[in-house]
Amino acid sequence: MADSRVSVAPQARRGEPFEVRISIRHPMETGYRTNESGEHVPRNVIRRFSCRYNGTPVFAVRVTSGIAANPYFRFFVTARESGPLEFEWIDDAGVRGEARAEVKVT
Amino acid sequence: MQNVQPNIYRRRLLNGAVALVACRSLPAIAAPEIPDIPLLAQLLAGRTPRWERLRLELPALADNGLAVPMKLSMPGPFAPGPNVQAIHLFSEKNPVPDMATFEFPAPLEKIEIDTRVRLAGTQKVVAVAVMSDDALYAAAAEVIVTIAACLDGS
Repeated sequence: MADSRVSVAPQARRGEPFEVRISIRHPMETGYRTNESGEHVPRNVIRRFSCRYNGTPVFAVRVTSGIAANPYFRFFVTARESGPLEFEWIDDAGVRGEARAEVKVT
Repeated sequence: MQNVQPNIYRRRLLNGAVALVACRSLPAIAAPEIPDIPLLAQLLAGRTPRWERLRLELPALADNGLAVPMKLSMPGPFAPGPNVQAIHLFSEKNPVPDMATFEFPAPLEKIEIDTRVRLAGTQKVVAVAVMSDDALYAAAAEVIVTIAACLDGS
């Protein structure tokens, strides 16, 4: 669950938006699927994904099975001060994941 | 001969480009016909969104409904006017019609989001942006899906 890849521009200019990309390894089980032996696979999708920048929430997604397996999000955050981008997510099974990246603002 | 062939190719390319632009812009023009999605009706609550500014980009044809690239964008600047609070994404045919909601707890200068969505069959997808002054902007896209997600049990 902790498997994720984050890509953030190493440097950003104050006041300007910078690109953030994250891809999380998660099956995003819809609950409509059966496995090889015909058993129902219970729904387990990431419910919520959020991103904080220097401790302030800046972006979040309320996710459902409408988002493909191994969710990928690309978005923009406005550069203010150098500091951490912290990502957090939780799935139906209550399993949490997190990731982190440092942003250097010039 | 050398001169003719590149010209024909260029013409085809131009035709293709014009057709592509036309295809892309059609859903936006046809959009005010709001698909019957109860959760969307609930969000709109009788209000009519403005079918402008917000842009929803999806391929016109998706071979595989399990992962369809999607882009949402809205040109700024927003400050000092109202900023985007949330963008709701709805599906006409998916078993879960509220596909995702993107929330912006702090005003962002640039609204451009990419992700990959699941689509259970050919359908319309509608995005609604809720502004901090409660104004609504909407965009729609129609996608032909060859292999639908959810249906084949894979």
